[in-house]
Amino acid sequence: MSPIVKRKGEKFTLPSKYLLFILTIICAGAIILTFNTNIFSGALNTAVGYAIIPFEKGISSVGGWLSNRSEELVQIRSLLSENESLKAKIDDLTMENTILQQERYELSTLRELYQLDSQYEGYEKVGARIIAKDTGNWFHSFVIDKGEEDGIAIDMNVIAGGGLVGRIADVGPNWSKVTSIIADNSNVSGKVLATSDYLVVSGDLELYGSGVIKFEKLVDSAGKVVEGDKIVTSNISPKYLPNILIGYISSLEVDANNITKSGQLTPAVDFEHLEEVLVIRQLKQSMEE
Amino acid sequence: MKRKIVVTLLVFICFLLQSTVFHALAFGNIVPNLMIVLTASFGFMRGEKSGLLIGFFSGFFIDIFFGEVLGFYALLYMYIGYTNGKFNRIFYPEDIKLPMVLITVSDLFYGIICYILLFLMRAKFNIGYYFVHIILPEIVYTTFITIFLYPVILKINQRLESSEQRSAKKFV
Repeated sequence: MSPIVKRKGEKFTLPSKYLLFILTIICAGAIILTFNTNIFSGALNTAVGYAIIPFEKGISSVGGWLSNRSEELVQIRSLLSENESLKAKIDDLTMENTILQQERYELSTLRELYQLDSQYEGYEKVGARIIAKDTGNWFHSFVIDKGEEDGIAIDMNVIAGGGLVGRIADVGPNWSKVTSIIADNSNVSGKVLATSDYLVVSGDLELYGSGVIKFEKLVDSAGKVVEGDKIVTSNISPKYLPNILIGYISSLEVDANNITKSGQLTPAVDFEHLEEVLVIRQLKQSMEE
Repeated sequence: MKRKIVVTLLVFICFLLQSTVFHALAFGNIVPNLMIVLTASFGFMRGEKSGLLIGFFSGFFIDIFFGEVLGFYALLYMYIGYTNGKFNRIFYPEDIKLPMVLITVSDLFYGIICYILLFLMRAKFNIGYYFVHIILPEIVYTTFITIFLYPVILKINQRLESSEQRSAKKFV
Protein backbone atom coordinates (compact mmCIF):
# COMPACT_ATOMS: atom_id res chain seq x y z
CA MET A 1 0.00 0.00 0.00
CA SER A 2 1.24 3.47 -0.79
CA PRO A 3 2.34 5.41 2.31
CA ILE A 4 0.27 8.42 1.27
CA VAL A 5 -3.04 6.57 1.44
CA LYS A 6 -4.45 6.89 4.91
CA ARG A 7 -5.25 3.65 6.60
CA LYS A 8 -8.47 3.40 8.50
CA GLY A 9 -8.25 4.53 12.12
CA GLU A 10 -4.78 5.93 11.73
CA LYS A 11 -4.39 9.50 12.92
CA PHE A 12 -2.96 11.83 10.33
CA THR A 13 0.17 13.63 11.49
CA LEU A 14 2.24 16.09 9.55
CA PRO A 15 5.97 15.25 9.53
CA SER A 16 7.95 17.93 11.33
CA LYS A 17 10.06 18.91 8.35
CA TYR A 18 6.96 19.82 6.35
CA LEU A 19 5.59 21.76 9.31
CA LEU A 20 8.91 23.60 9.54
CA PHE A 21 8.74 24.38 5.84
CA ILE A 22 5.16 25.67 6.02
CA LEU A 23 5.81 27.83 9.10
CA THR A 24 9.00 29.19 7.52
CA ILE A 25 7.00 30.34 4.52
CA ILE A 26 4.34 31.86 6.78
CA CYS A 27 6.99 33.71 8.80
CA ALA A 28 8.79 34.94 5.69
CA GLY A 29 5.49 36.13 4.28
CA ALA A 30 4.63 37.90 7.53
CA ILE A 31 8.05 39.58 7.64
CA ILE A 32 7.65 40.88 4.09
CA LEU A 33 4.06 42.01 4.69
CA THR A 34 4.75 43.76 7.98
CA PHE A 35 8.00 45.37 6.85
CA ASN A 36 6.14 48.35 5.47
CA THR A 37 2.55 47.87 6.50
CA ASN A 38 0.83 46.95 9.74
CA ILE A 39 -2.09 44.89 8.52
CA PHE A 40 -1.98 42.23 11.23
CA SER A 41 -1.31 44.51 14.16
CA GLY A 42 -4.95 45.47 14.77
CA ALA A 43 -6.34 42.03 15.46
CA LEU A 44 -3.20 40.61 17.08
CA ASN A 45 -2.66 43.60 19.33
CA THR A 46 -6.25 43.31 20.54
CA ALA A 47 -5.91 39.59 21.19
CA VAL A 48 -2.69 39.79 23.19
CA GLY A 49 -3.99 42.93 24.88
CA TYR A 50 -6.59 40.86 26.64
CA ALA A 51 -4.47 37.72 27.12
CA ILE A 52 -1.22 39.15 28.47
CA ILE A 53 -1.59 42.78 29.53
CA PRO A 54 -3.72 42.05 32.65
CA PHE A 55 -0.98 39.74 33.97
CA GLU A 56 1.75 42.23 33.19
CA LYS A 57 -0.23 44.96 34.93
CA GLY A 58 -0.69 42.70 37.94
CA ILE A 59 2.95 41.68 38.17
CA SER A 60 4.23 45.22 37.77
CA SER A 61 1.76 46.63 40.28
CA VAL A 62 2.73 43.95 42.80
CA GLY A 63 6.37 44.69 42.02
CA GLY A 64 5.73 48.38 42.44
CA TRP A 65 3.93 47.78 45.72
CA LEU A 66 6.76 45.62 47.04
CA SER A 67 9.45 48.07 46.04
CA ASN A 68 7.44 50.90 47.60
CA ARG A 69 7.12 49.01 50.90
CA SER A 70 10.81 48.23 51.00
CA GLU A 71 11.59 51.84 50.25
CA GLU A 72 9.40 52.96 53.12
CA LEU A 73 11.27 50.70 55.48
CA VAL A 74 14.51 52.38 54.59
CA GLN A 75 13.26 55.93 54.43
CA ILE A 76 10.88 57.85 56.63
CA ARG A 77 7.51 58.51 55.07
CA SER A 78 7.68 62.25 55.31
CA LEU A 79 11.12 62.34 53.79
CA LEU A 80 9.83 60.33 50.88
CA SER A 81 6.93 62.63 50.13
CA GLU A 82 9.06 65.70 50.54
CA ASN A 83 11.63 64.27 48.20
CA GLU A 84 8.94 63.51 45.68
CA SER A 85 7.45 66.98 45.78
CA LEU A 86 10.89 68.51 45.44
CA LYS A 87 11.63 66.28 42.49
CA ALA A 88 8.39 67.32 40.87
CA LYS A 89 9.39 70.91 41.48
CA ILE A 90 12.75 70.31 39.82
CA ASP A 91 10.98 68.79 36.84
CA ASP A 92 8.64 71.76 36.64
CA LEU A 93 11.50 74.19 36.92
CA THR A 94 13.55 72.38 34.27
CA MET A 95 10.56 72.49 32.00
CA GLU A 96 9.93 76.14 32.80
CA ASN A 97 13.58 76.97 32.32
CA THR A 98 13.65 75.37 28.89
CA ILE A 99 10.53 77.24 27.92
CA LEU A 100 11.87 80.55 29.23
CA GLN A 101 15.15 80.15 27.38
CA GLN A 102 13.27 79.30 24.25
CA GLU A 103 11.05 82.32 24.66
CA ARG A 104 13.93 84.70 25.30
CA TYR A 105 15.69 83.45 22.23
CA GLU A 106 12.59 83.89 20.17
CA LEU A 107 12.02 87.41 21.40
CA SER A 108 15.59 88.44 20.78
CA THR A 109 15.53 87.23 17.20
CA LEU A 110 12.04 88.67 16.63
CA ARG A 111 10.88 85.66 14.75
CA GLU A 112 7.24 86.49 14.81
CA LEU A 113 6.58 85.13 11.36
CA TYR A 114 5.62 81.79 12.79
CA GLN A 115 4.07 81.67 16.17
CA LEU A 116 5.43 79.02 18.50
CA ASP A 117 2.42 78.88 20.73
CA SER A 118 2.88 75.17 21.20
CA GLN A 119 5.01 74.90 24.30
CA TYR A 120 4.65 71.45 25.61
CA GLU A 121 3.27 72.72 28.84
CA GLY A 122 -0.01 73.37 27.06
CA TYR A 123 -0.31 69.94 25.47
CA GLU A 124 -2.86 67.50 26.72
CA LYS A 125 -0.98 64.69 28.45
CA VAL A 126 -1.91 61.32 29.85
CA GLY A 127 0.09 59.49 32.48
CA ALA A 128 1.02 55.83 32.02
CA ARG A 129 2.93 53.17 33.89
CA ILE A 130 5.63 50.97 32.38
CA ILE A 131 4.52 47.37 32.72
CA ALA A 132 6.99 45.39 30.62
CA LYS A 133 10.39 45.82 29.02
CA ASP A 134 12.03 44.31 25.96
CA THR A 135 12.75 40.60 26.44
CA GLY A 136 16.02 40.79 24.55
CA ASN A 137 19.16 42.74 25.27
CA TRP A 138 19.57 44.39 21.87
CA PHE A 139 16.94 47.13 21.91
CA HIS A 140 15.26 49.16 24.61
CA SER A 141 11.56 49.41 23.95
CA PHE A 142 8.91 48.99 26.63
CA VAL A 143 5.19 48.50 27.05
CA ILE A 144 2.92 50.96 28.90
CA ASP A 145 -0.53 50.32 30.33
CA LYS A 146 -2.49 52.82 28.23
CA GLY A 147 -3.67 52.27 24.67
CA GLU A 148 -6.23 53.15 22.06
CA GLU A 149 -8.99 53.28 24.67
CA ASP A 150 -7.19 56.16 26.37
CA GLY A 151 -6.80 58.04 23.12
CA ILE A 152 -3.23 57.02 22.36
CA ALA A 153 -2.15 56.68 18.73
CA ILE A 154 1.06 55.71 16.94
CA ASP A 155 3.77 58.41 16.84
CA MET A 156 2.59 60.29 19.90
CA ASN A 157 5.52 61.63 21.92
CA VAL A 158 6.40 60.23 25.33
CA ILE A 159 8.08 62.38 27.98
CA ALA A 160 9.10 61.93 31.60
CA GLY A 161 10.56 64.36 34.09
CA GLY A 162 10.68 67.19 31.60
CA GLY A 163 12.62 65.30 28.96
CA LEU A 164 11.94 63.24 25.87
CA VAL A 165 11.64 59.47 26.34
CA GLY A 166 10.58 58.35 22.89
CA ARG A 167 7.47 57.80 20.84
CA ILE A 168 4.64 55.31 20.53
CA ALA A 169 5.52 52.63 17.98
CA ASP A 170 2.54 50.30 18.29
CA VAL A 171 -0.83 50.40 20.05
CA GLY A 172 -3.30 47.82 21.30
CA PRO A 173 -6.61 48.49 23.04
CA ASN A 174 -5.08 48.73 26.50
CA TRP A 175 -1.33 48.80 25.89
CA SER A 176 1.19 50.49 23.68
CA LYS A 177 4.82 49.99 22.82
CA VAL A 178 7.26 52.84 23.24
CA THR A 179 10.52 53.05 21.31
CA SER A 180 12.95 55.01 23.46
CA ILE A 181 15.43 57.50 22.05
CA ILE A 182 18.31 55.52 23.56
CA ALA A 183 17.44 52.40 21.52
CA ASP A 184 19.98 51.58 18.85
CA ASN A 185 17.42 51.84 16.04
CA SER A 186 16.12 55.28 16.92
CA ASN A 187 16.99 58.63 15.38
CA VAL A 188 15.63 62.01 16.43
CA SER A 189 16.04 65.30 14.65
CA GLY A 190 17.11 67.88 17.21
CA LYS A 191 18.59 71.33 17.49
CA VAL A 192 20.86 73.20 19.86
CA LEU A 193 18.63 75.55 21.81
CA ALA A 194 21.13 78.41 22.02
CA THR A 195 22.10 78.59 18.36
CA SER A 196 19.27 76.78 16.55
CA ASP A 197 21.73 74.51 14.76
CA TYR A 198 20.19 71.25 13.63
CA LEU A 199 21.61 67.84 14.44
CA VAL A 200 20.61 64.18 14.51
CA VAL A 201 20.42 62.36 17.84
CA SER A 202 20.69 58.59 17.60
CA GLY A 203 20.69 55.86 20.22
CA ASP A 204 23.74 53.63 20.38
CA LEU A 205 24.02 50.28 22.15
CA GLU A 206 27.79 50.71 22.47
CA LEU A 207 27.32 53.87 24.53
CA TYR A 208 24.40 52.51 26.56
CA GLY A 209 26.57 51.45 29.48
CA SER A 210 28.04 54.92 29.93
CA GLY A 211 24.60 56.57 30.07
CA VAL A 212 25.02 58.81 27.04
CA ILE A 213 23.73 58.83 23.46
CA LYS A 214 25.41 60.21 20.39
CA PHE A 215 24.58 63.01 18.00
CA GLU A 216 25.92 63.71 14.55
CA LYS A 217 25.64 66.02 11.57
CA LEU A 218 25.80 69.20 13.62
CA VAL A 219 26.65 72.08 11.26
CA ASP A 220 28.11 74.73 13.49
CA SER A 221 30.05 77.04 11.21
CA ALA A 222 30.13 79.85 13.77
CA GLY A 223 31.66 77.51 16.35
CA LYS A 224 29.35 78.73 19.07
CA VAL A 225 28.09 75.37 20.33
CA VAL A 226 29.81 74.35 23.55
CA GLU A 227 29.61 71.44 25.95
CA GLY A 228 26.65 71.73 28.30
CA ASP A 229 24.35 73.27 25.69
CA LYS A 230 20.74 72.14 25.74
CA ILE A 231 19.47 70.01 22.88
CA VAL A 232 15.74 70.06 22.13
CA THR A 233 13.65 68.42 19.42
CA SER A 234 13.62 70.41 16.21
CA ASN A 235 10.69 71.86 14.37
CA ILE A 236 11.59 69.99 11.18
CA SER A 237 11.10 66.55 12.73
CA PRO A 238 8.09 64.81 11.17
CA LYS A 239 7.19 62.92 14.35
CA TYR A 240 8.48 64.78 17.36
CA LEU A 241 6.84 67.95 18.62
CA PRO A 242 9.23 70.92 18.70
CA ASN A 243 11.16 72.13 21.75
CA ILE A 244 11.03 69.08 23.96
CA LEU A 245 14.24 68.79 25.97
CA ILE A 246 16.40 65.83 24.90
CA GLY A 247 19.56 66.41 26.91
CA TYR A 248 22.81 68.27 27.35
CA ILE A 249 25.95 68.04 25.21
CA SER A 250 28.65 66.20 27.15
CA SER A 251 31.35 66.00 24.51
CA LEU A 252 31.85 67.57 21.12
CA GLU A 253 34.34 67.04 18.33
CA VAL A 254 34.83 68.01 14.70
CA ASP A 255 34.26 65.24 12.18
CA ALA A 256 36.89 64.09 9.70
CA ASN A 257 35.14 66.05 6.95
CA ASN A 258 35.83 69.31 8.84
CA ILE A 259 32.29 70.54 8.19
CA THR A 260 30.05 68.78 10.67
CA LYS A 261 30.50 68.04 14.32
CA SER A 262 29.45 65.04 16.35
CA GLY A 263 29.65 63.97 19.94
CA GLN A 264 27.72 62.67 22.90
CA LEU A 265 24.88 64.03 24.98
CA THR A 266 23.51 63.13 28.37
CA PRO A 267 19.75 62.52 28.19
CA ALA A 268 17.54 64.59 30.49
CA VAL A 269 15.60 61.46 31.45
CA ASP A 270 16.90 58.81 33.82
CA PHE A 271 16.11 55.75 31.68
CA GLU A 272 17.49 53.34 34.24
CA HIS A 273 14.79 54.12 36.81
CA LEU A 274 11.90 55.01 34.58
CA GLU A 275 8.56 53.85 35.98
CA GLU A 276 5.95 56.34 34.89
CA VAL A 277 5.79 58.38 31.71
CA LEU A 278 3.55 61.04 30.18
CA VAL A 279 2.15 60.64 26.70
CA ILE A 280 1.43 63.87 24.83
CA ARG A 281 -1.87 63.43 23.06
CA GLN A 282 -0.97 65.77 20.26
CA LEU A 283 0.39 64.50 16.98
CA LYS A 284 2.87 66.54 15.00
CA GLN A 285 1.02 65.97 11.76
CA SER A 286 -2.27 67.37 13.08
CA MET A 287 -0.68 70.43 14.65
CA GLU A 288 -1.01 72.74 11.67
CA GLU A 289 -4.71 73.32 11.84
CA MET B 1 -4.93 18.23 25.47
CA LYS B 2 -3.48 18.50 28.98
CA ARG B 3 -0.04 18.88 27.48
CA LYS B 4 -1.18 21.71 25.20
CA ILE B 5 -2.63 23.67 28.11
CA VAL B 6 0.43 23.17 30.30
CA VAL B 7 2.86 24.11 27.54
CA THR B 8 0.86 27.22 26.61
CA LEU B 9 0.92 28.26 30.25
CA LEU B 10 4.68 27.70 30.38
CA VAL B 11 5.25 29.94 27.35
CA PHE B 12 3.01 32.60 28.94
CA ILE B 13 4.79 32.45 32.27
CA CYS B 14 8.27 32.57 30.75
CA PHE B 15 7.33 35.55 28.59
CA LEU B 16 5.77 37.39 31.53
CA LEU B 17 8.73 36.70 33.81
CA GLN B 18 11.24 37.75 31.23
CA SER B 19 9.52 41.03 30.41
CA THR B 20 8.76 42.04 34.00
CA VAL B 21 10.44 40.33 36.93
CA PHE B 22 13.78 39.58 35.33
CA HIS B 23 14.32 43.23 34.44
CA ALA B 24 14.44 43.85 38.18
CA LEU B 25 17.01 41.06 38.54
CA ALA B 26 19.13 42.18 35.59
CA PHE B 27 22.89 42.31 36.07
CA GLY B 28 24.37 45.23 34.19
CA ASN B 29 21.19 45.62 32.13
CA ILE B 30 21.40 42.08 30.80
CA VAL B 31 18.37 39.81 31.17
CA PRO B 32 18.56 36.03 30.75
CA ASN B 33 16.75 34.42 27.84
CA LEU B 34 14.10 32.16 29.37
CA MET B 35 12.35 31.58 26.05
CA ILE B 36 15.50 29.99 24.62
CA VAL B 37 15.72 27.68 27.64
CA LEU B 38 12.09 26.65 27.19
CA THR B 39 12.29 26.20 23.42
CA ALA B 40 15.56 24.27 23.48
CA SER B 41 14.47 22.04 26.41
CA PHE B 42 11.24 20.99 24.74
CA GLY B 43 13.19 20.51 21.53
CA PHE B 44 15.55 17.89 22.90
CA MET B 45 13.06 16.41 25.38
CA ARG B 46 10.19 15.90 22.96
CA GLY B 47 11.63 16.09 19.46
CA GLU B 48 11.62 18.35 16.45
CA LYS B 49 7.91 19.07 16.22
CA SER B 50 7.49 20.15 19.84
CA GLY B 51 10.61 22.28 19.60
CA LEU B 52 9.61 24.07 16.47
CA LEU B 53 6.03 24.74 17.60
CA ILE B 54 7.04 26.08 21.01
CA GLY B 55 9.80 28.11 19.40
CA PHE B 56 7.35 29.52 16.89
CA PHE B 57 4.86 30.65 19.53
CA SER B 58 7.52 31.99 21.92
CA GLY B 59 9.03 34.01 19.11
CA PHE B 60 5.61 35.15 17.98
CA PHE B 61 4.87 36.72 21.38
CA ILE B 62 8.15 38.61 21.25
CA ASP B 63 7.35 39.74 17.71
CA ILE B 64 3.97 41.13 18.66
CA PHE B 65 5.24 43.08 21.64
CA PHE B 66 8.78 44.05 20.83
CA GLY B 67 9.52 43.14 17.21
CA GLU B 68 9.98 45.59 14.39
CA VAL B 69 8.44 43.12 11.94
CA LEU B 70 6.15 40.20 12.58
CA GLY B 71 7.80 36.81 12.14
CA PHE B 72 11.50 37.50 12.67
CA TYR B 73 11.85 36.13 16.18
CA ALA B 74 9.26 33.44 15.43
CA LEU B 75 11.46 32.18 12.60
CA LEU B 76 14.63 32.33 14.68
CA TYR B 77 13.18 30.53 17.72
CA MET B 78 11.47 27.98 15.49
CA TYR B 79 14.76 26.93 13.89
CA ILE B 80 16.44 26.79 17.29
CA GLY B 81 13.67 24.49 18.55
CA TYR B 82 13.82 22.32 15.46
CA THR B 83 17.58 21.95 15.56
CA ASN B 84 17.46 21.02 19.25
CA GLY B 85 14.87 18.40 18.35
CA LYS B 86 17.53 16.63 16.29
CA PHE B 87 19.30 15.80 19.54
CA ASN B 88 16.28 14.01 20.95
CA ARG B 89 17.86 10.65 20.04
CA ILE B 90 20.88 11.11 22.31
CA PHE B 91 18.94 12.75 25.15
CA TYR B 92 18.66 11.04 28.54
CA PRO B 93 16.79 12.73 31.40
CA GLU B 94 19.55 11.82 33.88
CA ASP B 95 22.21 13.64 31.91
CA ILE B 96 22.55 17.39 32.60
CA LYS B 97 25.59 17.97 30.38
CA LEU B 98 23.85 17.73 27.01
CA PRO B 99 21.02 20.16 27.93
CA MET B 100 23.48 22.69 29.30
CA VAL B 101 25.64 22.54 26.19
CA LEU B 102 22.65 22.69 23.85
CA ILE B 103 21.07 25.66 25.62
CA THR B 104 24.40 27.52 25.69
CA VAL B 105 24.97 26.90 22.00
CA SER B 106 21.37 27.91 21.22
CA ASP B 107 21.78 31.21 23.03
CA LEU B 108 25.11 31.81 21.29
CA PHE B 109 23.45 31.13 17.94
CA TYR B 110 20.58 33.46 18.86
CA GLY B 111 22.97 36.24 19.83
CA ILE B 112 25.09 35.92 16.71
CA ILE B 113 22.08 35.85 14.37
CA CYS B 114 20.58 38.88 16.14
CA TYR B 115 23.86 40.72 15.75
CA ILE B 116 24.26 39.85 12.08
CA LEU B 117 20.69 40.59 11.01
CA LEU B 118 19.85 43.53 13.26
CA PHE B 119 23.19 45.29 13.72
CA LEU B 120 25.71 44.23 11.08
CA MET B 121 23.12 45.01 8.41
CA ARG B 122 23.00 48.57 9.73
CA ALA B 123 26.78 48.91 9.38
CA LYS B 124 27.61 48.40 13.07
CA PHE B 125 30.87 46.53 12.66
CA ASN B 126 32.20 46.48 16.19
CA ILE B 127 31.47 42.78 16.78
CA GLY B 128 33.99 42.58 19.62
CA TYR B 129 32.04 45.06 21.70
CA TYR B 130 28.69 43.41 21.10
CA PHE B 131 30.10 39.96 21.80
CA VAL B 132 31.72 40.94 25.08
CA HIS B 133 28.96 43.26 26.34
CA ILE B 134 25.74 41.67 25.10
CA ILE B 135 26.08 38.13 23.76
CA LEU B 136 28.52 36.72 26.32
CA PRO B 137 26.83 38.10 29.47
CA GLU B 138 23.47 36.86 28.19
CA ILE B 139 24.88 33.37 27.65
CA VAL B 140 26.45 33.26 31.10
CA TYR B 141 23.27 34.50 32.80
CA THR B 142 21.05 32.19 30.77
CA THR B 143 23.23 29.18 31.57
CA PHE B 144 23.09 30.12 35.24
CA ILE B 145 19.28 30.35 35.14
CA THR B 146 19.15 27.02 33.28
CA ILE B 147 20.55 25.27 36.35
CA PHE B 148 17.34 26.20 38.19
CA LEU B 149 14.82 26.32 35.38
CA TYR B 150 15.74 23.17 33.47
CA PRO B 151 15.00 20.70 36.31
CA VAL B 152 11.55 22.32 36.68
CA ILE B 153 10.80 21.94 32.96
CA LEU B 154 12.11 18.36 33.04
CA LYS B 155 9.89 17.51 36.02
CA ILE B 156 6.82 19.02 34.33
CA ASN B 157 7.53 17.04 31.17
CA GLN B 158 7.98 13.78 33.10
CA ARG B 159 4.71 14.37 34.96
CA LEU B 160 2.93 14.96 31.65
CA GLU B 161 4.48 11.87 30.07
CA SER B 162 3.51 9.60 32.94
CA SER B 163 -0.07 10.92 32.96
CA GLU B 164 -0.27 10.39 29.20
CA GLN B 165 0.92 6.80 29.60
CA ARG B 166 -1.69 6.17 32.27
CA SER B 167 -4.52 7.48 30.13
CA ALA B 168 -3.22 5.47 27.14
CA LYS B 169 -3.29 2.29 29.22
CA LYS B 170 -6.94 2.81 30.04
CA PHE B 171 -7.88 2.16 26.44
CA VAL B 172 -5.89 -1.07 26.12
